Amino acid sequence: MTSSLLDLMPVTSADPKASVTLTINGVKVTREVSVRLLLSDFLRHELGLKGTHVGCEHGVCGACTVMIDGRSARSCLTFAVQASGAEIRTVESLASPSGQLHPLQKAFQECHALQCGYCTPGMMMNIMSHFDSGEKLDLSDDGIREMLSGNLCRCTGYLNIILAVRSAAAAMGKA
Amino acid sequence: MKPPLFDYHSPTSLDEAVALLASTEGAMILAGGQSLVPAMNMRLANPAALIDIQRIPGLAGIRVNDGVIHVGAMVRHRDLELDDAVHRANPLIREVMAHVAHVPIRNRGTVVGSLCHADAAAEMPMLLVLTGGRVIARSASGTRSIEALDFFEFHMTTTRKADEMIVEAQFPVLPHGAGFAFEEFTRRHGDYAIAAVGAILSKAKDGSVASIALAACGVSSRPLRLTDAEAALRGTKLEAADLDKAARAAAAVVTTTGDMHATEAYRNHLVGVLLKRAVRKAAARAS
Repeated sequence: MTSSLLDLMPVTSADPKASVTLTINGVKVTREVSVRLLLSDFLRHELGLKGTHVGCEHGVCGACTVMIDGRSARSCLTFAVQASGAEIRTVESLASPSGQLHPLQKAFQECHALQCGYCTPGMMMNIMSHFDSGEKLDLSDDGIREMLSGNLCRCTGYLNIILAVRSAAAAMGKA
Repeated sequence: MKPPLFDYHSPTSLDEAVALLASTEGAMILAGGQSLVPAMNMRLANPAALIDIQRIPGLAGIRVNDGVIHVGAMVRHRDLELDDAVHRANPLIREVMAHVAHVPIRNRGTVVGSLCHADAAAEMPMLLVLTGGRVIARSASGTRSIEALDFFEFHMTTTRKADEMIVEAQFPVLPHGAGFAFEEFTRRHGDYAIAAVGAILSKAKDGSVASIALAACGVSSRPLRLTDAEAALRGTKLEAADLDKAARAAAAVVTTTGDMHATEAYRNHLVGVLLKRAVRKAAARAS
């Protein structure tokens, strides 16, 4: 390498790091990461939890939706450092360790509410946040569409997802 | 899309935050990040440093007293939307907030952040203008109050100075007996408004309009009070001719040029239609 090229290289990285400690699906983890690391990439690249999908990376598609402190949120619009101290829940928390599907997953399967499955984890975490919120659920077609309005699906046309949400709500005693 | 490099600060007091803001060239406040992070991902914003205010105690409070709803800088949209005391004090707020993006965004985004972002088509800046609210700006040298009409200057531009942090927004409560309405048109629910009109209206004993406030977003480089349309309706009994006159006055202030969503003529027409709907609904709700 020529010395002129070495001169151009900074001695230290300009990419500051910070320690992030958060609880992920009940497990406390600590990682030293770049402050510009998005929570979505933290989950996928640092923790290997690839159930959270990354679609548009500007908050429009909803594929990366997770729960932060019990509420649905876009993991692509949150820096991992912002989530330090928070409790994060991802789609990996739904099925039991033995692989038994969660009632919501079962409803999606039974109603054929997914085709490619890319949007499904975000859909599910958004719906789980509504189910867990204690709010009175509007399970009419319009009410479910309103719930799903921040999640895009390009395969299904949504009709089977609406059926799955209603069926899961009944199975989980939320109807 | 990943954000560009930045320095990160996480102050634990307001004094520390405003000192950092004053001493750090190119620093921006990070609250919920629901507008700032996508803007960074798309390289529309490139702050040298972010000052994350979520760990400063006391900024997430909502208080209703003396006819004013006080909203701290870390109050998230969803918290204001679901607050029952706020809903009793001004039911217009919940009605408007149902149009702000989607629940997962409202769970994270902050009210004050939306005001500071100052998108000319966004609902919350319009709500501040419509209700005659204000923001409280704090810097190392002191605190000042900025009225809504003096705060929003242009697309994504406010009169906040670079060393000032907006620590609170204040929305007046709904006047006793007043009717209210918010009418918005978008291509998809949750999108920014192609145009929207809000109305607050009080009736006199004889049923005529005693006082009226009208505001619009999506129609100009900032949210606007529709003062000429208000004047056209004040004292009237909202006959069809009065509403037509107000609709024409509203159309006259539209400066948003035609875009991929709507031509200029379409928006001019739309703002009049929305105004009529909002005024009629507000009048029907007024006692």
